[in-house]
Amino acid sequence: MTRRFDVLVIGGGNAALCAAISARRAGASVLVLEGAPKFYRGGNTRHTRNMRCAHDAATEILTGPYTEEEFWKDLLLVTGGQTDEELARFMIHESKDILNWIVEQGVRWQPSLGGTLSLGRTNSFFLGGGRAMLNALYRTAEQLGVDILYNAEVTDLRIEDGMFLSAQLKQPVNGKTEVRASTLVAAAGGFEANIEWLKEHWGEAADNFLIRGTPYNRGSILKMLLARGVQEIGDPTQCHAVAIDARAPKFDGGIITRHDSVVFGIVVNKHAQRFYDEGEDIWPKRYAIWGRLVAAQPEQIAYIIFDSTVVTSFMPTLFPPIAGQTVAELAGKLELDPAALEKTITEFNAAVQPGTFDHTILDDCRTEGITPPKTHWARKIETPPYLAYPVRPGITFTYLGTRVNKQARMLMKGGKPSANMFAAGEIMAGNVLGKGYAAGIGMTIGSVFGRVAGREAAKNARN
Amino acid sequence: MHGTRILQEADRLMTVCNSCRYCEGLCAVFPAMEMRRAFSDGDLNYLANLCHACGACYTDCQFSPPHEFNVNVPKTLAIARAESYAAYAWPRALAGAFARNGLVISLIAALSVATFIFGFAAANDPGVLYGIHTGPGAFYQLMPHNAMALLFGLAFLYAILALAMGVRAFWRDIGEPVGMTTDRKALLQAIRDAGELRYLDGGGVGCFNEDDRPTDRRKLYHHFTFYGFALCFAATCVGTLYHYLLAREAPYAWWDLPVVLGTLGGLGLVVGPIGLLSQKWKRDRVLVDEQRMGMDTAFIMMLLLTSITGLALLLWRETGAMGPLLALHLGVVFALFITMPYGKFVHGIYRFVALVRYARERRMMEHS
Repeated sequence: MTRRFDVLVIGGGNAALCAAISARRAGASVLVLEGAPKFYRGGNTRHTRNMRCAHDAATEILTGPYTEEEFWKDLLLVTGGQTDEELARFMIHESKDILNWIVEQGVRWQPSLGGTLSLGRTNSFFLGGGRAMLNALYRTAEQLGVDILYNAEVTDLRIEDGMFLSAQLKQPVNGKTEVRASTLVAAAGGFEANIEWLKEHWGEAADNFLIRGTPYNRGSILKMLLARGVQEIGDPTQCHAVAIDARAPKFDGGIITRHDSVVFGIVVNKHAQRFYDEGEDIWPKRYAIWGRLVAAQPEQIAYIIFDSTVVTSFMPTLFPPIAGQTVAELAGKLELDPAALEKTITEFNAAVQPGTFDHTILDDCRTEGITPPKTHWARKIETPPYLAYPVRPGITFTYLGTRVNKQARMLMKGGKPSANMFAAGEIMAGNVLGKGYAAGIGMTIGSVFGRVAGREAAKNARN
Repeated sequence: MHGTRILQEADRLMTVCNSCRYCEGLCAVFPAMEMRRAFSDGDLNYLANLCHACGACYTDCQFSPPHEFNVNVPKTLAIARAESYAAYAWPRALAGAFARNGLVISLIAALSVATFIFGFAAANDPGVLYGIHTGPGAFYQLMPHNAMALLFGLAFLYAILALAMGVRAFWRDIGEPVGMTTDRKALLQAIRDAGELRYLDGGGVGCFNEDDRPTDRRKLYHHFTFYGFALCFAATCVGTLYHYLLAREAPYAWWDLPVVLGTLGGLGLVVGPIGLLSQKWKRDRVLVDEQRMGMDTAFIMMLLLTSITGLALLLWRETGAMGPLLALHLGVVFALFITMPYGKFVHGIYRFVALVRYARERRMMEHS
């Protein structure tokens, strides 16, 4: 790259493209380096589906108001207070305008289809999903004259005293491997696809994790920034993990490998033993804890076991349930000890109390006298064929990131703001999300801080 | 297990899509899919015929090739659609016409034209064929009107019968949905959806053709083609009524209704097919049932030939070229009629039935 760009964006997802577009609209010359090939561009944005934005009134895509205050309370709830309040409230306020701004960048929200689609009140859905949203952002960026390179893996960053000077590319472009720019926006995601790095915090168990999103989020940019004096934020052992089908691919299985049938049966480990209250809480909290629970079991594997009476109670699944006419036959197929599984199910059935089943509320169907209990939605598993889904922890994203301020400007160790480095998206999500997750917040972080980072970087470059 | 390999693949894809549902806002296929948990052969054929091949779901899919899930809905449903046309063909013996459709249609068209030219020449002396005929009844110097009406009436009736039998087979295959034939609102909804090609727009973004940008113009060209065809058909009907009810014989003056309708329709039927062919030429092969490109091309060419020969006849009807041009035009139209049930024309019929079913299912859902 012979020319020097005003803004260099590393990454190619929602945050990166929002940054590139807003910097370009502010008059800067912009280069985007996406490490993945074109099909896989966009990191985990490819697998997303919606965004959580505050709004004061119902629209044709949202069923009712979702005030800044309510958004803040929800965020407080899921993070248990592990969030930077000033930054979070700033993001929530900015999210209001993002609803319209993102449409101006060509992204389309899904309107109601007159009864077929249930729209959300808090979250707006992308028409066609995350990849459609990305395609729109890329088209807009290209039309505005943003330069974009694919397969552009960055191997090194030259940073001196908190000031970005240049990036080194693995493959030369126009004969050069060094890219210089006045400012940097790092929007290259977390490190959830880097099994070695996960092992540092999880040990050998990480070998049995499945990575739900892109195989390209290896955290190399994050690692370089932290090694060159940027202040870190977030817990390196924290990641968003859910229980997904054990038959899913190692990487990039996306949304469709998830299971939400826990509530309709029991969950056993490889010794055919139950290990946690399957009826503890309502979706989505339930959804968010089972990844970690399975990660703590031997060989990181578990089996959701249910019977044929509930098969239509949850969304159709990618992989069919494994079936047996008897518990013993099912155990054989799952390679579990048949006697142990029969004993677990018999004891569970004996403990089920009469009640009125309603999976939308914390109902009164519970067990008595077994440990762990199933405190809601407990019904006997007795109608063959007996069915099971094998599940493993599916990692969605990691929380470790770079500290930023309200300009999306990185802060160096010691608190000094960087001269010309900004961060947006998953690489700085830990500022807002210390732990926990609520649907669509990742995209809010990406769009809001991406837009801010691009704007500020453009301003910075021209000064 | 399914009857064919392509239905097996369609089932695999619908299973993937039904566990994702990101595309539910793009068209009718995905909401229809969501109403089911398992897919019979008939269900898959219904979904295949509901698909308008807008390409949006392929471009938007996080699992399309090179992803290992290898999700390519437009191509899979296109192949399933084409195979369903052959499966429903009546009589069964002619199902094979779909296999090398381009060749079959071209041969029939050429034969038909040759027969008319040869027939005119044999029935009249050469002076009549190359003579100049004007005034009412000029065309019938070459072929008596009643003979023309009888021949084309029979060809048309045969096409209607064969198409109706095809629809009957489709109807049985999709399980003869209860109440669909008597639901007037669903019927009107489907007429609207088909008339405006509601689902050929990628959910509002536009369609995809040569790349991942929604720049496709097929909707516009299809409107030119469809409404051009409809106007030409109306011109023929009005002409027939003029003849039998008002005893007014063709050729008609340039300002008269049959000529006005026919000319406007003919122009639409030139612009539309040329546009559709050019789009087809550019289309990304990843979306296309390549084995059956010939079927689409043959039908579009037949429509184009119909309009070009008709317009030529209008332009040169007062010259010595009228005789050969009339033979050419009648030959093409005759071939168009008799090949209608055995080519791409049927896509509109089955798609319309699928749209009626979808409208009906939607209404049932909203009332449940």
